[in-house]
Amino acid sequence: MHLLNTLALIFIAIGLFFMVVGAVGLIRLPDFYTRAHASGKCDTLGEGMMLIGFILYEGMTLIAVKLVLLVIFIFITSPTAVHSLVNVAHSRNIAPWKKGDERR
Amino acid sequence: MNDIFLASAIILIITIFLCLYRVLYGPGVENRLIAVNTVGTKTIILLVIIGFLYERPIFMDISIVYAMINFIATLAIAKYLRRGCIC
Repeated sequence: MHLLNTLALIFIAIGLFFMVVGAVGLIRLPDFYTRAHASGKCDTLGEGMMLIGFILYEGMTLIAVKLVLLVIFIFITSPTAVHSLVNVAHSRNIAPWKKGDERR
Repeated sequence: MNDIFLASAIILIITIFLCLYRVLYGPGVENRLIAVNTVGTKTIILLVIIGFLYERPIFMDISIVYAMINFIATLAIAKYLRRGCIC
């Protein structure tokens, strides 16, 4: 039980690290497409790691089953949403950032 | 373990405020939308943490519903921006 709690703590810490990295990247990066890359860090890796930590903390209950369903749902839907947003930006003729341009 | 959940919730709220900067000042509607999408995914984690903190398992169901609403809202707004109508 103690080992499982420690393992859950490590997973939650890794997830929080990726959440902070995604938020900082969302502010710092220069372009829409690079910001989409930073948003993907939050959406899949940070969220998945934190939810896996909660599953390990919870154990074999109904709540863990719901959290597994949530992980699978988010792994399918969140990249789809970001892909559609990037598709919108491409159809509205937003040029990608190149080295030497000013940040937008 | 409750203290760790509370600390992670506070760090998540700080990152939500960092994302709100992009919602306020981002040029164009796409930057704002992608920031709102990220805020939504962080809110799902925050709801799960609240469910663990106050020992109410009903918050897991609320977080599942919130994930669906977040996905459908983003897809609907993207479709509206692409075609000019939701059809």
